[in-house]
Amino acid sequence: MKKLLLLLTATALFAQQRPDIIGQIVGTQKAAIAIADMRGAGRAAEQTAAVNSTIFRDIEDAAIFKMAPKSMYPLKVPQRPQDSRKPLQYDPNNRNADPWLMDWSEPPVNADYLAFGYTAEQDGQLVLFGWLFNVRQPDVAAAQVIGKLYFGPMDEAGARKVAHEFAADILKQFGVESLAGSKVYYVSNRSGHKEIWSMDYDGGNQKQVTSYSTITTMPSVSPDSTRLAFTSWTPNGPQILVHSLETLRRIPFYNPRAGVNQNASYTPDGKQMVFSSSVSGYSQLYIANADGSNLKRITQTRVVEVEPKVNPKTGNDIVFVSGRSGVSPQLYRMNIEGADVQRLTTGEGQATNPSWNPQGTHVAFAWTRGYDPGNFNIFVMDVATGNYVQLTSGAGRNENPTWAPDGKHIVFASDRGGRMQIWSMLADGTQLRQLTSSGINEKPVWSK
Amino acid sequence: MTTKRSSTALAIALSLSFFAAGCKKKIAAPPAPAKPAPVETAKPKTTVARPIIRFFTAEPTSIERGQASSLKWEIVGADSASVNQGIGSIGTGANIAGNRSVFPSSTTTYTLTARNAGGEASESVTVNVTAPPTKTVTTPAPAKASFSEVIARDINDVFFDFDKSDLREDARNTLTQNADKLKAIFRDYPNGTLTLEGHADERGSAEYNLGLGDRRAIAAKEFLTQLGVSADRLRTLSYGKERPQCTDNNEGCWQKNRRVHFTGQ
Repeated sequence: MKKLLLLLTATALFAQQRPDIIGQIVGTQKAAIAIADMRGAGRAAEQTAAVNSTIFRDIEDAAIFKMAPKSMYPLKVPQRPQDSRKPLQYDPNNRNADPWLMDWSEPPVNADYLAFGYTAEQDGQLVLFGWLFNVRQPDVAAAQVIGKLYFGPMDEAGARKVAHEFAADILKQFGVESLAGSKVYYVSNRSGHKEIWSMDYDGGNQKQVTSYSTITTMPSVSPDSTRLAFTSWTPNGPQILVHSLETLRRIPFYNPRAGVNQNASYTPDGKQMVFSSSVSGYSQLYIANADGSNLKRITQTRVVEVEPKVNPKTGNDIVFVSGRSGVSPQLYRMNIEGADVQRLTTGEGQATNPSWNPQGTHVAFAWTRGYDPGNFNIFVMDVATGNYVQLTSGAGRNENPTWAPDGKHIVFASDRGGRMQIWSMLADGTQLRQLTSSGINEKPVWSK
Repeated sequence: MTTKRSSTALAIALSLSFFAAGCKKKIAAPPAPAKPAPVETAKPKTTVARPIIRFFTAEPTSIERGQASSLKWEIVGADSASVNQGIGSIGTGANIAGNRSVFPSSTTTYTLTARNAGGEASESVTVNVTAPPTKTVTTPAPAKASFSEVIARDINDVFFDFDKSDLREDARNTLTQNADKLKAIFRDYPNGTLTLEGHADERGSAEYNLGLGDRRAIAAKEFLTQLGVSADRLRTLSYGKERPQCTDNNEGCWQKNRRVHFTGQ
């Protein structure tokens, strides 16, 4: 009961601020879409489950549609446009003349769009026949938005491929890039050591990227997704290493002589890196060329300062974490010269793990405000106004949020299920999905 | 260092020998038993021959400290017999035979005395005790502990408050003791390098804690060098919260993890 009250109060609090911040991010007015389950012929039938779940998830994850509730769908779903029931008396001027479309556009489905199709085997390959109809149109001919074939290998990876492509085409009609090609880099201990791993944005295709067999953590990807910087324990202690994501080999980065070099993060042009280094005896913020040359110190304090992140739009603002006000570490912003320093968080609790959204307007971060030390929750702040909302609560420790390329999703690490795992959610806190389950997984970054 | 260590060894040796000597004195005087006083009433003294000690041996006669030697004896014609050094009576009657293991801690002479109305006979054996050759207490060097073993054994962790790298009172005391020991150890092991590992508890972020662990290690290093420990033998290494020694979710455990730990290479 007490919990419920707390929850209600918390919800009420969020509700006040939500429209301000979250409305700008995830949008409010949405078209409704229905996605009919596809069937398959022959060997393709085995792959239809993967096809259907992948399409549905890609479309739902894009967060630009209202998903028409599946339980309301008509019993007879089309596989092809010609499955349309022939009207008794066809009248192109009468919108009611084609009940096939109206089955979907009228209550209870109330959809604006319908995606449907089927799969088949052709020369050993998997083929997806996909259509998107605007069911508000008066007839089948006018309704068709997409009608296209997609080819892939006859296996689950092939099923996911054709489904991702169909979903991406649908989203493109609405000016949205699909997340389907995007990758999440993260840290996993499942090889026995912490190493960098990668996976598709939906948790598929999990692969080990590094093999240093020490402690390898804190990944960061260049804006063009060609380079991966991270921190690994070398004989000189924790240092920054860089890999090419094209050749998967190590490329040069010259670390300053320091006990700790960490938190490498690229400038928007990919030509420089900001990072934290203890050259001076205190972890301070530095900027250097992407290979570590031309080192310049940005901050000058005698406290620990970490996690600098350059605004991806302006290339001029840096948010970072510092203990400079004498309380537990807080979030600050400054310009890239180290001037115009401003504290962003209130001074309560410990604030950490800042991440800019791609538009450079909002920062997601982890904060213990209102909780005991260590009980982090994910927050999003409008940097211009300082207004913030709390996205997680009452579900374990939540940290390291980073934004998806679409600026609407956040991937983060949470131990809400017992062990630390990677989760994604829409930036309003809904659409939670667990992406990993093997070993301990943490520190995700979402790259294009 | 060497002077300190050998004086310790000397002290131990001395106290050992005192102990041994003390033993000897106290027990060396068991009342010479069964005074032959009443004898005179019995028979004319001429008729009784004194007892004969057929043999009284020690096997072996040389041992290392802690090992056993076996005393053996055979006596005829005695009324009673005893051995000094705390062993006491070994029997009565016309024929006395037996043995006894002894563990003298230093060279000891055992004397067997047999008596009857006609008088007494005695025989002595000496068991030579040598110190075991390999024990560290008295022997210098050859199989000494490695540098990393000495560091692990003698140099203690120092602990910190949450989110702090200041040295607390207890940390300063521990570091002061560590500094004394380190100066001696570094003289003994001219090639060893000491790593000061900085650790943090699990509650802060991994990123901040890596910087905090670094600060803790540097603070400890600076304190040691101010006390005269040579800086070029010290290196710092932060693990942040990546290598906790305790993984429970309570303050007792967190305190154990907020530390600088020392390892030798």
